Amino acid sequence: MLCLSVVTMTTEVGSETEVKKDSEQLGPDKAKDKPEEASETPENQKSKEASSEEAQDSSLPEPTSQSSPSSQKKQKASPESKGISRFLPPWLKKQKSYTLAEPKDEPKKKATGEEQVIEESESQTPEGVAQPRKSLEEAAENHHNAKADDKEKQSVSSAETPQLVKEDGKEMEVEKVAEKKEENEEEKEKRETKEVQTAEIKTDDIPQKSPKKIKTVQCKVMLLDGTEYSCDLEKRAKGQVLFDKVCEHLNLLEKDYFGLLFYETSEQKNWLDPSKEIKRQIRSLPWIFTFNVKFYPPDPSQLTEDITRYFLCLQLRQDIVSGRLPCSFVTHALLGSYTLQAELGDHDPEEHRRDYISEFQFAPNQTQEMEEKVAELHKTHRGLTPAQADSQFLENAKRLSMYGVDLHHAKDSEGVDIMLGVCANGLLIYKDRLRINRFAWPKILKISYKRSNFYIKVRPAELEQFESTIGFKLPNHRAAKRLWKVCVEHHTFFRLVSPEQPPKAKFLTLGSKFRYSGRTQAQTRQASNLIDRPAPYFERTSSKRVSRSLDGAPMGISDQSLRDFSATGGQAAGDKIIDTEAAGQANLKEGGREDGSPVKTPQLELTQDGKRHASRAEGPCTGVSNADKSSHETLDIVEEKKQAEFGIEETVVVDETNKGKMQVATDAGETCKVEHLSKKDSSSLPSDSSSSSSSSESEDEEVGEYQPHHRAIEEVIREEQEEEEDMKRKEHEEKIQHVEATPEGSKLNVPVEHTQVTAEDLVQKNTVTVATEEKKLSEEVKQDLGQEKEEEQLKLNGDVSHVDIDVAPQLICCSEPPVVKTEMVTISDATQRTEISTKEIPIVQTETKTITYESSQLDGSAGGDAGMLVSAQTITSESVSTTTTTHITKMVKGGVSETRIEKRIVITGDADIDHDEALAQAIKEAKEQHPDMSVTRVVVHKETEIAEEDEE
Amino acid sequence: MAGLGGGPAAFGRCTHAVVRALPESLCRQALRRSAGPEVDFARAEREHQLYVGVLRGKLGLQVLELPADESLPDCVFVEDVAVVCEETALLTRPGAPSRRKEVEAMKRVLESLNLNIVEMVDENATLDGGDVLFTGREFFVGLSRRTNQRGAEILADTFKDYAVSTVPVHDSLHLKGFCSMAGPNLIAIGSSEAAQKALKTMQQMSDHRYDKLTVPDDAAANCMYLNIPSKGHVLLHRAPEEYPESAKVFEKLKDHMLIPIANTELEKVDGSLTCCAVLINKASEL
Repeated sequence: MLCLSVVTMTTEVGSETEVKKDSEQLGPDKAKDKPEEASETPENQKSKEASSEEAQDSSLPEPTSQSSPSSQKKQKASPESKGISRFLPPWLKKQKSYTLAEPKDEPKKKATGEEQVIEESESQTPEGVAQPRKSLEEAAENHHNAKADDKEKQSVSSAETPQLVKEDGKEMEVEKVAEKKEENEEEKEKRETKEVQTAEIKTDDIPQKSPKKIKTVQCKVMLLDGTEYSCDLEKRAKGQVLFDKVCEHLNLLEKDYFGLLFYETSEQKNWLDPSKEIKRQIRSLPWIFTFNVKFYPPDPSQLTEDITRYFLCLQLRQDIVSGRLPCSFVTHALLGSYTLQAELGDHDPEEHRRDYISEFQFAPNQTQEMEEKVAELHKTHRGLTPAQADSQFLENAKRLSMYGVDLHHAKDSEGVDIMLGVCANGLLIYKDRLRINRFAWPKILKISYKRSNFYIKVRPAELEQFESTIGFKLPNHRAAKRLWKVCVEHHTFFRLVSPEQPPKAKFLTLGSKFRYSGRTQAQTRQASNLIDRPAPYFERTSSKRVSRSLDGAPMGISDQSLRDFSATGGQAAGDKIIDTEAAGQANLKEGGREDGSPVKTPQLELTQDGKRHASRAEGPCTGVSNADKSSHETLDIVEEKKQAEFGIEETVVVDETNKGKMQVATDAGETCKVEHLSKKDSSSLPSDSSSSSSSSESEDEEVGEYQPHHRAIEEVIREEQEEEEDMKRKEHEEKIQHVEATPEGSKLNVPVEHTQVTAEDLVQKNTVTVATEEKKLSEEVKQDLGQEKEEEQLKLNGDVSHVDIDVAPQLICCSEPPVVKTEMVTISDATQRTEISTKEIPIVQTETKTITYESSQLDGSAGGDAGMLVSAQTITSESVSTTTTTHITKMVKGGVSETRIEKRIVITGDADIDHDEALAQAIKEAKEQHPDMSVTRVVVHKETEIAEEDEE
Repeated sequence: MAGLGGGPAAFGRCTHAVVRALPESLCRQALRRSAGPEVDFARAEREHQLYVGVLRGKLGLQVLELPADESLPDCVFVEDVAVVCEETALLTRPGAPSRRKEVEAMKRVLESLNLNIVEMVDENATLDGGDVLFTGREFFVGLSRRTNQRGAEILADTFKDYAVSTVPVHDSLHLKGFCSMAGPNLIAIGSSEAAQKALKTMQQMSDHRYDKLTVPDDAAANCMYLNIPSKGHVLLHRAPEEYPESAKVFEKLKDHMLIPIANTELEKVDGSLTCCAVLINKASEL
């Protein structure tokens, strides 16, 4: 396999208008496309329309003022887009590969019509705007195709370009493409279909073309008291909509501690991301959710309302009964007695005879002795009001060591089964119920995952000089990502004053951009101080119902994983078995539950569990260690910025600097635009099960990184950081200017700056090296094909400025799973030979990667001078042996825009493929495509063997 | 009140103490890490009697004294065979095979106190109570030559309310050979490298921040804290004659009632202050 990444960077300085001009200029090129487009069937048009939203981002002509208006439009667009998606059955969403029309340049290729699925983000806005972008994208695709052609020749040429899959995308499977080969452009357009998701979308004013009736879906939510809530939701509704409905139903104001879960399997629970569409998250799963506590307040007495405490109690009772929250006999009895007091009131000798207690469940294994103890204690609580009893319950429960600890199965570097527990204070490592290590948030500099590996980078201990990175192996990449997300959320919620913005443009890279978007604990406390309503009335009656539907068997599917934890038996080898059993039990229970116990969730695929476990056998990760590190967490925390990292094996970076002033959106609102370009994966690759499954960005990213800010606590530090940031920014700008002046010579600088911004150590070094090469490469090769790309680029540039971030490639760093035969090839002028990746360990990627792109959201206020991501696109195309992923990122920073194009080309094939040639070709193409840009970096990574893929 | 010991405020509360007389066989047959001067039995007995006298007379505990068993030379070190927390007692499986029978007598006496008894039956598990440090909030279990992971796991299963963290122990027989609780939130710690390293581990593992009291001598870091209703904070620590520098450190504890105790003879066979008693709080009996 050969992976090639080409990164092209452009810095544009210019006014918006200029930008527009560019786009216009581009227009002509596109014009070709347009005609074709016109010819396209309505479906295509729709796709275009959808894409138009995106296009808007990228300075489409339509929006008069790009800045604010565009942003608005985007937001608006998204809702509209939903409309389309509604009609599409989930399965349609998947990308279909359609044959690409041959690139103009290379007519040779035949497009074997393969279905391209364009998942259109929902937008149906009929805006021509989209086109420009599309054209760009198309161009990019063409390149890919072209490459494919070159290498593989015509037959192969029928490259399947994995388009961006739009989630809702209609099946605009474009067979049409086949019809019109030329219409690559069309294809491109389709590809463009990026999902523009505005994290927070406001309803748009934009008129939808066709008022289609809204498709609704019925969803069920299992509540903590065992009842079920159902409602109809628009199919494209975001998680927040449902969550709000549920909270309203519950009359719950302090809702930030809670969340909705959906289960992939009995063991794999996922939090529904409020900012994303539900459908994309649950995919084909039934619309059944569970309302649960997500963040366990360390001090429940600080909650404002009793009703909130009540729900917390209900959650804890479930946790206890399920065994997820282990307690001693005495504690079971004590907590049970408070439950009785809260729900039954004072013990009444008349009414409360013997068996009254047996209707309740207090523990996973409830004995008569325990019930007697409960009854005995119940008598002692006379006089406590239900609210007081709940408070007492919580006061005791909060001291339990596993209170609020979210456990995840993992293996350490030696393949030993361990559990990772995420809690308010940090990350806990358990082995067989013993805590073997702990990393408080302040000690953690970075949290990342890559495929099924989860990494934390920890601050050096007192006497140590170096940070260390500790890796854990999770059952699969989704599990790794889940853990990562939970960490990000917990850190943000408990440690920060306010949520961090999603990665800013400057940190833009591949990988997950996920950030916690809700309120932090600090914020929610503040908000709840403002609650001014009479204490709402509610009835406490859950325990009975919740309790034993079946002879005291634990309920709650969600708890299975934990159960092993609490189980006494050794679980080392038997893990799998245990889990399965548990799952089985859960099912039984469910069946038996008539009254709708709260936890009823869809536990569908038991089989998957098996898989997961099987996958665990996989290799070690980096060692776990550092038991000795001192715990002085508090003080010395230097914050770092977070960024998403992404490891790219080979990268060819083309760096381009265009001058053009960018006007950052005048409106704060604009700045705030958030684009979510969710990545589409190529469904065609069977190997990557996860990605193929669907377009949900969140799930498919293989990589994610997060660097905890500890602003909340260390004000001073934060300030310093900010200063640093500013400094960096300035540097950045300066450098950019530099670049402008001396386009060629200065390029080196540019990359460096970026690195600084990112604050990635490893990265920095790498980046620097890279810079040199760029131009040379570009000079060397020129081809016709390149033009296409150029066009694309131009368009992009025209839209809005981009700021590139080079970081992506280098981030790979940490410890990688064993790589088989790796060859690093540096391409550059003979004279200037730069070694790009001295430190990098190439990562073997077997899968065609899914690159998810989300643009960051910036607050108008904050975003002002910070780099702003204007747009980002990812285009993926595939041929039989080649997969090309193109990322185009535009960022605006301080009036300077940068465009960065990064291409990753993965060439997979037998020995008969001439990789060198392929590589040369790829570079050539890159240059040609973007003549005005320079190649910043080329990284080649060759593997003879294919690395194992994680099972999903 | 039951449940989590009533919180940290109740830490150190105790009503009963189980001790055991020393057998004469101790002098020659007791296990010891290194050869050294022979134990002066008479003096050892005197010191022990003083110790028991303090618990019974001065502090008013109900002391249950088990008779010596000549076949069990180490039987005086009762701490190793039982871990009692609140109303649950874990009978251990001591790391030294020669000591396993010591558990029997302990079991009987604990049963007589109506504690919930958990026995460590797993043959792969070993645990010495001397490796168990209970802080009032959590347990630390030293992994030493006497205590293994399995033993720690069983302890974790027994006391589910609490976090149980493991701490590697080197250069010491037991975890509590160089540390102990000197107050509700205060860890007394020796100055040796091993002790400091262990402390760091404990600090890292804990969600809670403890104060520490560092004493020059590791052996002196083993002291006994009790919370006696009529006396407040009580601390039994090694006598100034034995460890003058460390004693000075203890003397700085203003809020504590300090009781110096000599333990020179038993120390020769690796005995410490906490070693010789199992403290039990039965005040909550209904």
